[in-house]
Amino acid sequence: MKFGKKNYWLYILPAILLIGTFVYVPIIQNFYFSLFKMNSYTDEKIFVGLSHYVRIFKDDVFYTSLKNNITYALISVICQVGLGTVLAILIESKLTGRLRNFYRNVLFMPSLISVTAVGLLWYFIYNPNVGMLNALLTKIGLENLTHAWLAEPNVAIYSIIAMSQWQYTGYIMVLILVAIQKIPQELFEAAEIDGANGIQKSLFVIIPNIKEMLLVTSVITVIGAFKLFTEIYVMTMGGPYNTTQVLGTYLYQSAFMFDEMGYASAIAVIIFTITFTASIIQIRMAKSGKG
Amino acid sequence: MKKNTAWKILINMFFLVLVAMIIYPMFWLILNSLKSNAELYDNSLAFPIKALWGNYKRAWDVGLSTYFFNSILISSITIAATVFLGAACAYGLVRSKSKYKDIIFFMILGGLLLSPQVALISLYKLLAAFNMYNTRWALIIPYIAFRLPFAIFLMRSYFLSFPIELEEAAYIDGYSTFQTFIKIVLPISRPILSSTAIMTAIFVWNEFLFALVFIEDKSKMTVPIGLSNFKDALSTDWTVLLAGIVISSIPMLILYLLMQKNFIKALAAGSVKG
Repeated sequence: MKFGKKNYWLYILPAILLIGTFVYVPIIQNFYFSLFKMNSYTDEKIFVGLSHYVRIFKDDVFYTSLKNNITYALISVICQVGLGTVLAILIESKLTGRLRNFYRNVLFMPSLISVTAVGLLWYFIYNPNVGMLNALLTKIGLENLTHAWLAEPNVAIYSIIAMSQWQYTGYIMVLILVAIQKIPQELFEAAEIDGANGIQKSLFVIIPNIKEMLLVTSVITVIGAFKLFTEIYVMTMGGPYNTTQVLGTYLYQSAFMFDEMGYASAIAVIIFTITFTASIIQIRMAKSGKG
Repeated sequence: MKKNTAWKILINMFFLVLVAMIIYPMFWLILNSLKSNAELYDNSLAFPIKALWGNYKRAWDVGLSTYFFNSILISSITIAATVFLGAACAYGLVRSKSKYKDIIFFMILGGLLLSPQVALISLYKLLAAFNMYNTRWALIIPYIAFRLPFAIFLMRSYFLSFPIELEEAAYIDGYSTFQTFIKIVLPISRPILSSTAIMTAIFVWNEFLFALVFIEDKSKMTVPIGLSNFKDALSTDWTVLLAGIVISSIPMLILYLLMQKNFIKALAAGSVKG
């Protein structure tokens, strides 16, 4: 047969070359850069060995950033995956009736707006003088709850995290909905014959059958938390006093504001280690079964 | 029976509260985007005295038109190239008999695990060395490269279940490999191609970090960066910025309304956040 002898290298090569040159080479080079002191306007590099890594582990801003990424990840998993699952189960149950598609579409809507637009919108919502939040709180007599939401060091990061829950809970909910809809109808019927009520059906039929999707959505939420950048950049730039700094913004500022490209590369290696590990977990789960 | 009705009411009320929490901020945004600055400062919860549509025109003229043009141009090229090169590579990998194809696919999968942030600094230097820094190519090429692994991953699993008989019939009719790919394989693969295109579109319309670092000129900026620059440029004209936020959100909402089913399918297949 002529068929098997066809040459497919021309099909494969363009993609491989692009991925190799613009994904693999830079990432490998980044490991190398992390061993040097260097800046953006000269090609001069001074070898410093592992001293950037030593510095990272003594750097308070690094720890603040890491802590913020972790906090963001934890709250997001609880809210987006946890609450998202409850919402998805309720929407699929008979209790929401005719309005279920309306609920689904409205809850999903914020994830269709770009992160930049959502960030800017909430920048105004949180504005202490003209913002929606303080105005509403004042109107209903809860004036003592008003804050300078993005300017107070112990409030700012939570304000940003809250915004992300607003944006993404509906998105994760839709992914879980898709998984629930794939559960064979017979399983529900069998449970009904056994006399299971709604809560029992959720616990014993739905949850075990969407386990993979729950794991996958948890992992993508965690990876997303460590890629966090735009929200912080648009809303606080890491301030006040670095309290909303995350690894992504600290990397950016080290490289392009303080011009310490080598140190920034070392931060990038830390991000790589975390996101790479999480991604491997995700792929293994995706293989273990479709969610 | 009664108990069930009580639950129904309770749960619907719960959802209506959530709906209000989602809708009201958007409503507040649109309300204030139609006001003068003085009105915004006076009471941001009030309705505008007279709807100032001029805010929208101003936001468009002051730069959004340029940013839209750039985003549309960059996303079109990125989508076309990602879909075409991704499909070609996935198809080649499925039909090739080479013993290296598994290693290559494994390498491509590896690209899925790499976070763009990690490549930022080296890419910045690489693009400068290629004289691409501050050109639209500085976004297009890295976007394609970073979307390809996912595109190939998605399309490969589709092609694996593709009946080879169709292609064999085409060869008997005298088609070349390339003709078969273009005229038989691609048209039948439309669902997966459109899923890939949607995912790529979402990515490009959201991408912030590369666009921030690799482009300097206002005339080449994409919507997200242009919009975030409005914050400083329009610091005294907030209602115009609010109008800009509304305009920038329209394309993805329209895309969703047009292709709701495909859209959700694409997201589920991708399970990745922009």
